[in-house]
Amino acid sequence: MKPIISVEDLGKKYVIRHQWRSNYRALRDEIMQFPLKLLRGMRQEKEEFWALQNVGFDIMPGERVGIIGRNGAGKSTLLKLLSRITIPTSGRICLRGRISSLLEVGTGFHPELTGRENIFLNGAILGMSRAEIRRKFDEIVDFAGVEKFLDTPVKRYSSGMYVRLAFAVAAHLEPEILIVDEVLAVGDVEFQKKCLGKMEQVGKDGRTVLFVSHNIESISLLCTRGIVLANGRILHDGDIQGALAAYREDILHASHELDHLLHEGNGDFRLTGVEVFGMKDGAPRPVETGQDMHLRLVYSPGKAGSGKEFGKMTLEVRISDMLSRSVIWVSTAAYPEKKTGVQTRFTFPKLPLIPGDYLLNVCAHRNSEIVDWIRDYSFTVHPGAYYGTGYIPFAHQSSVCHDFSFECEDDAC
Amino acid sequence: MSYELIIEAGRTERQYWKDLWRYRELFLILTWRDVAVQYKQTVVGILWAVLRPLLTMAAFTIVFSKIAKLPAEGEAPYALMVFAAMLPWQLFATALGATANSLVLNSNLVAKIYFPRIIVPAATLGVAVVDFAISFVLLGGMMCWYQYLPPVQILAVVPLTLLAALVALGPGLILCALNVTYRDFRIIVPFITQFGLYISPVGFSSSIVPAEWRVLYECNPMVGVIDGFRWAVLGNTAFPERALIISLVCAVVFLLLGIRVFRRTERTFADII
Repeated sequence: MKPIISVEDLGKKYVIRHQWRSNYRALRDEIMQFPLKLLRGMRQEKEEFWALQNVGFDIMPGERVGIIGRNGAGKSTLLKLLSRITIPTSGRICLRGRISSLLEVGTGFHPELTGRENIFLNGAILGMSRAEIRRKFDEIVDFAGVEKFLDTPVKRYSSGMYVRLAFAVAAHLEPEILIVDEVLAVGDVEFQKKCLGKMEQVGKDGRTVLFVSHNIESISLLCTRGIVLANGRILHDGDIQGALAAYREDILHASHELDHLLHEGNGDFRLTGVEVFGMKDGAPRPVETGQDMHLRLVYSPGKAGSGKEFGKMTLEVRISDMLSRSVIWVSTAAYPEKKTGVQTRFTFPKLPLIPGDYLLNVCAHRNSEIVDWIRDYSFTVHPGAYYGTGYIPFAHQSSVCHDFSFECEDDAC
Repeated sequence: MSYELIIEAGRTERQYWKDLWRYRELFLILTWRDVAVQYKQTVVGILWAVLRPLLTMAAFTIVFSKIAKLPAEGEAPYALMVFAAMLPWQLFATALGATANSLVLNSNLVAKIYFPRIIVPAATLGVAVVDFAISFVLLGGMMCWYQYLPPVQILAVVPLTLLAALVALGPGLILCALNVTYRDFRIIVPFITQFGLYISPVGFSSSIVPAEWRVLYECNPMVGVIDGFRWAVLGNTAFPERALIISLVCAVVFLLLGIRVFRRTERTFADII
């Protein structure tokens, strides 16, 4: 049997321009900078960045493959190439089946349109024909459980209903290859089970599933094979348990990013190691909402300050969301009696951060002089049950979770 | 398995036109979506489509006819002459603005799903055409009011409408592609439509342009379309043969150029949007 997906020597290069903060440009800037460019001899400061390099694998029909990797490992780029959203810089992909990708549930949903209209719209966007949608319409509505609200604009839906409807449309696609990215991080436990069941069934029907998620549990449940990406290359390709082990290993040794970050300060000491991890039964694991988060900082003597002692250094850690809004800030100055060292471990019990990507700012200073300061070290908080009830907090609804309780005060209660 | 697709660097061109056909349903449904959303708040949507041309017509009639005392064409009422030109002009302006902005507005789709991107700007033409249809009903009402019987060549309105949409689509595609790369192009579009409104014969008859300048004047592709509309609706002017040929050539050249520019930048859309 021929593989349904063959990937050979695939590569994708992005060009990063340093002058512009965002990807797109303004004509105004371009015109203003034109004289400057002429002076500099048309030389532009560009940096090439290979998001994916020398990637190759074959996937046989019916395989369920988990694509695993840390942030920026190249997972999304790989999926974008497979689903033809962007084109490769090198290499080739051969697809022997119809492909559908769910890069995010609800893509193309329009808030002003009703549930019924959005089913047709979303179905068409995901590649279903009208006849196909009409045939499956009742099934979709049934799966989502939104019969009563079919003719209500989806802007009035609760976020749960919205996600259920969106996933229901997607779940009724019938491609030979299904690409799924992070859809299971939403909804309540009941609905997540329903989704997992559906996905499992898709796999059993002999269709091929490519699954990208940070949720280790659902990946190990669903997939038979795992491909671990690190820095745009394949780190491990094999059975799912081995792949997950390789992924865990990779999380713990993720400090190579530090060299690319800008270090400010006098340089007496330099941050050379950052480990962000959770812990379960004495074994490190990815960070999850509601679980303890550990942060280990390792400093090495810098060239400038060889021979100096670490002594009484104050460490400050800021956690910001991807919009650079500060969410948590802690300083060791809060505990004046305790000492810091070249290896210091912070513990954040019962992490309140909702699932998503975050940025770390770590500043070490002594006597109001900054020794080492790095910004924007990224890490991911994976979905987890904060309240101990299995309920997974929604992303985007807030920045943090908080313990709460409620009592019914009706007489009948 | 019969289906086999090869994705390789620089080998997507052949696939593209085949895909365009395969995604025709998406084109229809995106057209429908844009129209549905536009008229969802029905009162505001339709009221806007009715009021905009009416108010502009009133202003133009007062300024050009009553104050500037410009001549009308034949015995047609001045207001009717303005409105007959207003129709294709609005179509052009709405279509140009909508296509130019379309990709940026649909960036979530572009970043997440594959389809031939040209579908998005093309689908926005639907809104412009529906707006046009509403205005056309209005024109019918006005002709009843003035008791003006349209000539037989009113049927020529159909191909002329198509031409107006084509004239808009070419530059629209270019602006649309540029808008993704240079976000401030969006400011240029209203300028083009505003400037164009005054250099096109919307508020006045093109017969007031001196004969020796006519050819140059007709290089604006909308002149042919507008004069064609006046000929078809009012029937008291000569068939603008030369101007229409210029329009047609312009439309085709710009459309081909637009497709070229769009295709060339298209592959990078998902990376920079």
